Amino acid sequence: MRALTWHGTHDVRVDSVPDPEIVNPRDAIIKVTSTAICGSDLHLYDGVIPSLQPGDILGHEFMGEVVETGSGSNLKKGSRVVIPFTISCGGCFHCKVQQYSACENSNPAEKQDMSAALYGQPMAGLFGYSHLTGGYSGGQAEYVRVPFSDVGPVVIPDHLEDEKVLFLSDILPTGWMAAENADIQPDDTVAVWGCGPVGLFAIQSAILMGASKVIAIDHYPHRLELAKKLGAEVINFRETHVQDALMEMSGGIGVDAVIDAVGMEAHGFAFDNMLEVVKQKVGIGADRAHALRMALMAVRFGGKVSIPGVYGGMTDKFPTGALMEKGLQVRSGQTHVQKYTAKLLEMIEQGKIDTTFLISHRLPLEEAPRGYKNFKEEQNTWTKVILKPGMAATA
Amino acid sequence: MAGQDDGVATLGKAAAIGLAVGAAAIGFLATRRDTGNDGDDAPGYAARRTADDVTGRTVTIRKDRQELYSFWRNFGNLVPIMENVTAIRTAGPGSDRSVWTIRAPGGRTVDVETEVTEDRAGEIIAWKSVEGSEITTEGRVTFADAPGDRGTRVTLVIDYAPPMGELGRVVAKLARREPAVQARHDLKRFKMHMETGEIATSARRRDQTRAAQMDDAAKKETA
Ligand SMILES: NC(=O)c1ccc[n+]([C@@H]2O[C@H](COP(=O)([O-])OP(=O)(O)OC[C@H]3O[C@@H](n4cnc5c(N)ncnc54)[C@H](O)[C@@H]3O)[C@@H](O)[C@H]2O)c1
Ligand SMILES: [Zn+2]
Ligand SMILES: [Zn+2]
Repeated sequence: MRALTWHGTHDVRVDSVPDPEIVNPRDAIIKVTSTAICGSDLHLYDGVIPSLQPGDILGHEFMGEVVETGSGSNLKKGSRVVIPFTISCGGCFHCKVQQYSACENSNPAEKQDMSAALYGQPMAGLFGYSHLTGGYSGGQAEYVRVPFSDVGPVVIPDHLEDEKVLFLSDILPTGWMAAENADIQPDDTVAVWGCGPVGLFAIQSAILMGASKVIAIDHYPHRLELAKKLGAEVINFRETHVQDALMEMSGGIGVDAVIDAVGMEAHGFAFDNMLEVVKQKVGIGADRAHALRMALMAVRFGGKVSIPGVYGGMTDKFPTGALMEKGLQVRSGQTHVQKYTAKLLEMIEQGKIDTTFLISHRLPLEEAPRGYKNFKEEQNTWTKVILKPGMAATA
Repeated sequence: MAGQDDGVATLGKAAAIGLAVGAAAIGFLATRRDTGNDGDDAPGYAARRTADDVTGRTVTIRKDRQELYSFWRNFGNLVPIMENVTAIRTAGPGSDRSVWTIRAPGGRTVDVETEVTEDRAGEIIAWKSVEGSEITTEGRVTFADAPGDRGTRVTLVIDYAPPMGELGRVVAKLARREPAVQARHDLKRFKMHMETGEIATSARRRDQTRAAQMDDAAKKETA
């Protein structure tokens, strides 16, 4: 089959590789119809997440048709399914309490040591996301082996086209959980850093959850425009002092809740950020935590901090004073996708959530490398890229 | 000449033994220092200074004690879980001893014979290698209720005298078969098997699983 493979920093290629097979009883094989490039993939593309190996297949946002099932799968051949990016067994303690992204059984035993050393306990398995999270082949491919296929996959009714439901695999539940983690109350002012797909869905969710005001922060005019269309007020951090603006826009109190939908590769020329850009370049592996620092400053005393943006290691000059003195509530994590898919699918069907407004480009899988390059370098206009293995190459 | 060959043979044996010991959970040892440091409530194997090679690990498994105990007590069940073990059989008709066949370098295997030294249903199984065994090892697995409906805390404690002393230890380490690492991985696989009915692998094809690759490597080495 054809698949997008990683070969090094900023070097991804579409290669021919052996098709996947059923390996374990609960597996299914999916023929991919649509798959997307995520901001998380950019962290891999930029080489700031360790432990990728040349030839690894990327991609964790995908859907398709069931073409093969193991004896323990409950899927039917021919069904259309969306696959959560979190691989979850359904039987361990964490799965039972719906903390699916902390599944104890999906990361192979011999792969758990690395993340356990980094974080104290091991990560769960994730599709296409380095060997820290299992080294599973991802979904930017024609076919994918899906383990525990009786737990995660969401069967999609025929009348809903791919583009309406594809994002149930990650960014829609991620935006939703980000807002839920901000514990939004009716009078709350919520500030969201980052108007990428995750930030945009967090904004949409925060508004649905009844926030009185949502303020979106980014530097790309088109992305800010999308946030504005959703009903947010916006701040361009290149033009405006964000901290001052947020203090004023929250009546001098500070914002009630902050959401960091930027993660470890913050942009900007603030001093802390430039220092960390250099550290990442020389491979010290420092997370660029600029957005999170800003968020901790802007949130009011007793406020709420939600961190969907991905961080991988350590950072310096972290405002521990603000964190402690302000009496904050902090919630974070890879999304517990399976917890939210049924509810969000229903909201999509009822027309309460629009998932298509942010799609800017649809490319054949063969053109995935161009998709990566532009999603990284032309962020203003390339807001979300969908790859179609079935689409004919244009060139 | 002969001396040199002997040297090589000895090293080979050390490697085999290293692997054998590393196959954690095969047999293993003593119960010295497996509980209670002076002054705190942590298990002895978590002490900063341990007198000998005691290694221990706990996992919580969402199954009841009896079920986990019964599975483990039927040692043959452990073959797919313990990476370095290729077979486990009873020593003979009616015997309570078990013979564990363990992978060794060069596509060879070594046998270790063990006897059960303590056995209480749903609580504990302890074993040790029998007199005269090349590999001296003792171990035990205990099962205790976890809080609420979290299932069972399974603790595996292994003690071993590194065969051939320091050399054996170094060889086991070089072969990346340290007992502590193997014990940890084997316990995780036990948990996976009991909670999910399968052992997680990110292999995309059946011939890429670790088990398949180890068998493959063994075949190549013997060929
Ligand atoms: N928690 C999860 O499960 C989960 C799931 C998906 C994605 N993520 C993470 O969420 C983050 C965002 O993902 P995305 O797909 O939206 O990525 P993206 O790269 O498309 O968007 C990031 C946005 O942040 C903006 N930004 C950069 N620096 C900023 C700053 N200092 N202040 C304000 N805005 C800034 C960028 O201009 C960009 O628009 C990534 O870190 C990604 O890894 C997490
Ligand atoms: Zn994603
Ligand atoms: Zn689980």
